[in-house]
Amino acid sequence: MNSIVLIVFAPLVAAIVGGLGNRMLGATVVKSITTGALFLSAALSWPIFLAFVAGGAEATVVPVMDWVRSGDLVFDWALRVDALTAVMLVVITTVSALVHLYSWGYMEEDPDQPRFFAYLSLFTFAMLMLVTADNLVQMFFGWEGVGLASYLLIGFWFRKPSANAAAIKAFVVNRVGDLGFILGIFGTYLVFGTVSIPEILAAAPGMSGATIGFLGWRVQTMDLLCILLFIGAMGKSAQLGLHTWLPDAMEGPTPVSALIHAATMVTAGVFMVCRLSPMFETAPVALAMVTIVGAATCIFAATVGTTQWDIKRVIAYSTCSQLGYMFFAAGVGAYGAAMFHLFTHAFFKALLFLGAGSVIHAMHHEQDMRYYGALRREIPLTFWAMMAGTLAITGVGIYWLQAGFAGFHSKDAILEAAFARGTESGNFAFFMGAFAALLTSFYSWRLIFLTFFGEARWAASEHIQHAVHGQHEPLDAENEDLGPSHEHSLPANPEGTAGYHPHESPLSMLIPLGLLALGAIFAGWVFSPTFLDDAEFWGGSIYYNEGLIHAMHAVPLWVKLTATVVMLIGLFAAWLAYIRDPDLSRRGAEQLGPVYRLFCNKWYFDEIYHVIFVKPAFWLGRLFWRRGDVGLIDRFGPDGAAWVVAQGAGAAKRFQSGYVTSYALVMLLGLVAAVTWVLF
Amino acid sequence: MGFPILSVTLAVPLAAAIVCLFLNAPAARTLALAATLADLALGIVLWANYDIGGAQWQFTERADLFAGFQYALGIDGIALMLIVLSVFLMPICILASWDAIDRRVGEYMAAFLLMETLMIGVFCAQDLFLFYIMFEAGLIPMYLIIGVWGGANRIYASYKFFLYTLLGSVLMLIAMLWMVNVAGTTSIPALMQYDFAPQAQTWLWLAFFASFAVKMPMWPAHTWLPDAHVQAPTAGSVILAGVLLKMGGYGFIRFSLPMFPEASAQFMWLIFGLSMAAVVITSLIALVQHDMKKLIAYSSVAHMAIVTAGLFAFNVQGLEGAMVMMLSHGLVSGALFLCVGVIYDRLHTREIDRYGGLSINMPMYALFFMVFTMASIGLPGTSGFVAEFISLVGVYEASSLATLVLTTGIILGAAYMLYLYWRVAFGVQRNADAAAMRDLTGREWLMLAPIAAAVLWMGVYPESFLAPMRKDIATLDARLAGAAPTGDARLAPGKPRSYPANAIAHEAAAAGEAE
Repeated sequence: MNSIVLIVFAPLVAAIVGGLGNRMLGATVVKSITTGALFLSAALSWPIFLAFVAGGAEATVVPVMDWVRSGDLVFDWALRVDALTAVMLVVITTVSALVHLYSWGYMEEDPDQPRFFAYLSLFTFAMLMLVTADNLVQMFFGWEGVGLASYLLIGFWFRKPSANAAAIKAFVVNRVGDLGFILGIFGTYLVFGTVSIPEILAAAPGMSGATIGFLGWRVQTMDLLCILLFIGAMGKSAQLGLHTWLPDAMEGPTPVSALIHAATMVTAGVFMVCRLSPMFETAPVALAMVTIVGAATCIFAATVGTTQWDIKRVIAYSTCSQLGYMFFAAGVGAYGAAMFHLFTHAFFKALLFLGAGSVIHAMHHEQDMRYYGALRREIPLTFWAMMAGTLAITGVGIYWLQAGFAGFHSKDAILEAAFARGTESGNFAFFMGAFAALLTSFYSWRLIFLTFFGEARWAASEHIQHAVHGQHEPLDAENEDLGPSHEHSLPANPEGTAGYHPHESPLSMLIPLGLLALGAIFAGWVFSPTFLDDAEFWGGSIYYNEGLIHAMHAVPLWVKLTATVVMLIGLFAAWLAYIRDPDLSRRGAEQLGPVYRLFCNKWYFDEIYHVIFVKPAFWLGRLFWRRGDVGLIDRFGPDGAAWVVAQGAGAAKRFQSGYVTSYALVMLLGLVAAVTWVLF
Repeated sequence: MGFPILSVTLAVPLAAAIVCLFLNAPAARTLALAATLADLALGIVLWANYDIGGAQWQFTERADLFAGFQYALGIDGIALMLIVLSVFLMPICILASWDAIDRRVGEYMAAFLLMETLMIGVFCAQDLFLFYIMFEAGLIPMYLIIGVWGGANRIYASYKFFLYTLLGSVLMLIAMLWMVNVAGTTSIPALMQYDFAPQAQTWLWLAFFASFAVKMPMWPAHTWLPDAHVQAPTAGSVILAGVLLKMGGYGFIRFSLPMFPEASAQFMWLIFGLSMAAVVITSLIALVQHDMKKLIAYSSVAHMAIVTAGLFAFNVQGLEGAMVMMLSHGLVSGALFLCVGVIYDRLHTREIDRYGGLSINMPMYALFFMVFTMASIGLPGTSGFVAEFISLVGVYEASSLATLVLTTGIILGAAYMLYLYWRVAFGVQRNADAAAMRDLTGREWLMLAPIAAAVLWMGVYPESFLAPMRKDIATLDARLAGAAPTGDARLAPGKPRSYPANAIAHEAAAAGEAE
């Protein structure tokens, strides 16, 4: 048996056994089965990836089963393994295994652990089906499967209305993207007569000049298809316009945020664009759209990230912003760089989330950074892990040595590629990306300074007060992640520890932090040549842009240093505002007034969507029901007929009670008439 | 002529129905279950012995009655699958009524068994008038079930049902008489080959449409459905959604399309327009419902709109997708009504707001409910996805606009179903009596587990269901080919670019020189 079958299906089996055996097996058994399955998958995935890195591994497709045969529409269940899949395999299984392990500690007090672990494994299975898909429909299967798992996990604490609302929002907003994705699949089948990815990619260049009718317009075939597919990617990867679900998804337990909403699921859109890169390369308009949407998301999310107080929301907007980098890298043709950033981001972002989880754990479920401070000495291991993540995301490194933390290698490559591409959209992306890098550095260091440095401000936190005064409710785990909505009024003197002693997390949480920190430190440096410069590694699984690679190496020195310079500026600004003069940030916010409020309120996307989509949908529903069905159709239809009958016969009641017989009579008469007609 | 298996399949429930009238409650229940299980076994025998790719009409029987009126039976793959669906759902309906019905049990079981005979009769009748009798008579037991064992407002509901169907069936009967007169035969297979004059087709098509559109039901002739569902007992809703609605679709695929292909093409946009309106309007209505059964009833209208659009897409995918949608919807909506029934039996209310947090005290129930919710939303891996996907691929070949509007159903469907699931299974336990409800009993397991298995089976390996219908759909597609309208895509090849969009200068220049 091929190891890929085991990699993909072990998590599914674990999820089914754990999910159905929930109460029978007990928490420890279920946790062991699921975690064991994931470590098995991870252990089998690394050799596949390393074989591709070493060179010589061949792309293979392992057929599993027939799926659908309808006329010419034929697609099967199959597992495809090539370099691109191998990258995703190690990312998914490694982070998932570590998150499983981490959850042993993090979810320890939760009464519903078997369900949690079963969902996590189910998610991993769906994600693996997505990245091993050999046809668009199986990719869509994985795509929706991860959506289901994400829905279930965001709503894991299902007693909370906010968690339910966030879960539904995530699913429905993703469905908006899926509308584009599935129309793209329909169109692709119509044009190419197949949904098999290799066949489509082979045939795509021949279609590059073709036009097609869509909603009455004639448009470029390939641009249309790629834009439709990209809309799907925008939904899953939370790009501007369809991003609103991602910050709310932080309602889920923190390990979920690390696995699904940082490292894996949200990168599925990037994966899709890379997987279909030869197809996107036939669609210049679609690529320009990818570039611009990516760059816009990158800067938008970074601006919001600078103003949030909830530690998880800062990291969530940061994820959104980093996904923007990946997209505009793909848009300018640097698919290798996009995948490289996906790879490094998975490690350092999972690390940041799990680190944040460790802080939240230590601070008794307080998530508001205004009530943190001075935690450096209390939870030193978490601090150093978070530092590694922050050094990685801000891209700390030394250009002349070509050595730095993970983000240094991948983010620099993306900015260079955007500049080297030389188009207008590429330049736009470069400047947006550079400015976003400054903001990234600012909000990342702001998080570190607010959390670990300065004075302790714990006394004002209700969570801490509860912990200190022993008013610990049993449902405490449910109260996590209430987000910025529960604004406490700050007391006059918020300083102080209130006598609370944060405690460092257990070993099951620290080991994943340590391993991910290694990834955040070394992943960029070790794998940079492979991802960026090795056409043979990719082996045709993505469109490898030789010319762009040469152009990237030839960009002026100031471009290469841009990322480092803006990183230092951001660090300096954060230091000024949060260490040297903690009051500066408040005064700055007052000075900026409307701009600050715009950022702090996330550019009012939620409010606008509520007014133009959610409310009208319910209003229209009631209108169609009360006015349409009841007021119009029924009134002039059956009720009107009854009224006429009642007027005519004056005895509607008799008519109504005798309806069955009268109906049977009419039918009988009809039959008699029929027979008579035929007879004579 | 071999063993008359179709006649036996019809006779078993009929005989049991008559006996049931004279039995006391426990005996009637047992007999009804035994008879429906026997019919299920016969249905499986039919499926197993059906020769895929063999003769178009199999298991045929015929006996001349009076005056050219024939007792003629026979099935093709399409009818086979619908019969299998009917016999599969019947024992589950009997189980669902086991404790819920406690008065006039004998008569109730008799009505159900009679309905089974008539439903199977509709799908295997090969004579026009035999079909008509079965088609119309099948509604009588349904009226009785709603009218006698229904809820408080049952009279109004059955009256509405009556009024809608009466109009349609009268027109259809007139059309049938005219057809028999012109074609000189009452044989359905013969009529399927007969070419009516295009002018006549228009009127005949409209007459049949009146009947089938009500049965389907298509917007705006759908308002009887929510009332009928709300008032019907659980098992009545299951059969209504699971099988009776499929008679409209079966009518389109058996009569309207093959007998009047030109008229069908002519009215394609009428069907598309009504289907598009149905998806958007009924989905939005479902969003604001407070009554669980009404919500699912409105979602049925939206799903059946995919069926009608698929049927009138005039290609193989549209037709096959529509058939899979009928089978899938039969299972999924039936199961959703069962899910409502399970908690209705405990709390005797369908008000969504009376429930909440059921996944705390009823975890297995919540699991099944989730599976069927996801199947209704069309999550890949369930039957609902295969159905939606194949049929909409077909529709896309005909019209991108119709597909875009119909596909918004995946967004709205997710919204109303998940909103329902939240209010029922998630959230806090709002009421003590709802919080005290016990999880699924063994009997309820037997009802829900087989449907869940079938839903996943159809989602992962739909070939079992597609294979028997393939040849018949290909035949129908060939018959429609002449009339099929061209789609709006009209792909026009152009001169391909010789280099990728992101090719960098020197590479592009090299490519340009090579040209």
